[in-house]
Amino acid sequence: MSESSLRVVWVYPDLLSTYGDRGNALVVERRARQRHLNVTRIDVRSDQAVPTSGDIYLIGGGEDRPQRLAAERLRNDSGLVRAAENGAIIFGVCAGFQIMGREFINDLGEREPGLGLLDVWTTRGEGDRCVGDVLADVDPRLGLPQLTGFENHQGVTHLGQGVSPLATVVAGRGNGTGDGTEGAWRDTVFGTYLHGPVLARNPAVADMLIKLALDVNALPPADTTWYDALRAERIAATTRPA
Amino acid sequence: MAGTESEPTGARDASLPARAKIAVTAGRVAAAVSRKAGRGSGSVIGGKVALRLDPDLLATLADHLDVVLVSATNGKTTTTRLIAEALRAAGPVVSNALGANMPAGITSALAGGSDARFGVIEVDEKYLAGVARDTRPKAIALLNLSRDQLDRAAETRMMAEKWREGLQNTEAVVIANADDPLVTWAASSCKKVVWVAAGQAWKEDAWSCPACGGVMQRPGDDWFCQECGFRRPNPHWALQGTHVIDPQRGAWPIQLQLPGRANLANATSSAAVAAVFGVSPQVALERMRSVTAVAGRYDVVQYQGRDIRLLLAKNPAGWLETFSLIDGPPAPVILSVNALDADGTDTSWLWDVDYERLAGHPVFVMGQRKLDLAVRLEVAGLQFHVVDTLEQAVRMAPPGRIEAIANYTAFQQLRKVVAG
Repeated sequence: MSESSLRVVWVYPDLLSTYGDRGNALVVERRARQRHLNVTRIDVRSDQAVPTSGDIYLIGGGEDRPQRLAAERLRNDSGLVRAAENGAIIFGVCAGFQIMGREFINDLGEREPGLGLLDVWTTRGEGDRCVGDVLADVDPRLGLPQLTGFENHQGVTHLGQGVSPLATVVAGRGNGTGDGTEGAWRDTVFGTYLHGPVLARNPAVADMLIKLALDVNALPPADTTWYDALRAERIAATTRPA
Repeated sequence: MAGTESEPTGARDASLPARAKIAVTAGRVAAAVSRKAGRGSGSVIGGKVALRLDPDLLATLADHLDVVLVSATNGKTTTTRLIAEALRAAGPVVSNALGANMPAGITSALAGGSDARFGVIEVDEKYLAGVARDTRPKAIALLNLSRDQLDRAAETRMMAEKWREGLQNTEAVVIANADDPLVTWAASSCKKVVWVAAGQAWKEDAWSCPACGGVMQRPGDDWFCQECGFRRPNPHWALQGTHVIDPQRGAWPIQLQLPGRANLANATSSAAVAAVFGVSPQVALERMRSVTAVAGRYDVVQYQGRDIRLLLAKNPAGWLETFSLIDGPPAPVILSVNALDADGTDTSWLWDVDYERLAGHPVFVMGQRKLDLAVRLEVAGLQFHVVDTLEQAVRMAPPGRIEAIANYTAFQQLRKVVAG
């Protein structure tokens, strides 16, 4: 990859873009352009091949049937798995996070194989759906401020030995396992349940993805005034006693 | 009871069965108490009380009427109003004109329409199948389906599936938008369907085939699934520019006072519904002209010496249609967004809206979730001002009529403020 360009691949917006997932692509694009990087955004529809040459791959949330279709097509395509093997940055949200794991329960109630990019597996929660604002402390090794976002899922995601929790919830349910974990990560592959969209609520995560893609430790500063104001308001709203 | 356009009189009440009569009376009392207590029109509480006393009341009340049901994600209140106006050419109409669109509100509205011949009823998407079973409608208009409040509503495709299952045995003539693949899927199992090419600007919820999951091909206005052959039906009626094309290929000019492409589409569907009852497109469209504002929507109000047009947009498809009807730059635009329960508490949908289209407008953002809007607009690269009140926005706005676009509860709040 040349020093000044970034290829952002948005995987299957036709299936996995249920609720504002485009925002994650828009925020990465914006944060990169503010650093004077050339950004190419590639939206890959599910009847197209996933390119292996991307730097950052974003996978969004989706409804149950589209999630199964996406998993089928991504398994057949194999572009995303090869990109991950080449060290690309992969960031998945909600249904996208589940697809990145070893398996999940599909809309037919059957166990559906995922892509195996993360050592996690998802079962169907017995209790209420997890819906609402989330606040979580990020794995300290990532050096990020608190995560804020909105979760909306029935799935419960269990973490294996090959991954670490992305964060630990302060408020909200996260992976739904009851142990407070939220999301999972290893190397340059990340999954989370948070919408919001999560990168609009957490621009430091967008910056982290860009830094990983460029293999740099720091980026030139870019204004975060409105993001900071939004974060402060959501964090206050989430921690306020009901 | 409130929530209806016709005067509550006792003429038909006398012919109601005893239990229904008591239920209607009890409902009126409850509604009156609720109104006196300053809790709104009282139509919902009145309907709830009445339905508890007589669970079959909705069916009993509908029995005397030629019922039309109207459902959609967007445009159902306006279309209900347009159809009601059109059908008044053929007889008195009772309608839940104020948008109380669940069974209690509907019951309440029908209880008020003693001498009506037609019942024109807006129905919440989730309740359509049940209300259709109870009211045995002559016609059902299905306008569109798109993502809306996903933190509490069913998934969009599941809604189409629910409609399909709930309506497959209906005797009603179903008037359905052939340009919406999800609506087409819902209607295509019905016996009698009148297809209307009403258009659909928002396409993001129908890229995968509702029948088989294949990737939908959408060249121009057409759509089809390459895998299973599910495709756009040939329309009987169409919106062409600003004309309604009827099944005989007659072209009728639409001269609404309501703005925007979406309302031309609503008028086209309404003309198709009116025709089911023998009202010609010419007569129907002429009557629709009289509609100006619908429950405050599209209303131009005076506030602080300025003209403000109030526009309601509740979801990405609604915002898209709204952007296409506002005055061009440099018309000032106020955006107000809340995330109360009635709006949906997840604001992620803001990122499905192309706010980039407001480039060149002076933009003011307010509402409970103004900071979510601020980040959205910053990422869109727009200039904007964050304000706390409508008054502040109006004071800062450059000259010209102001377009104020708000989601559900934010819209109600704006109406209250401008009303003083």
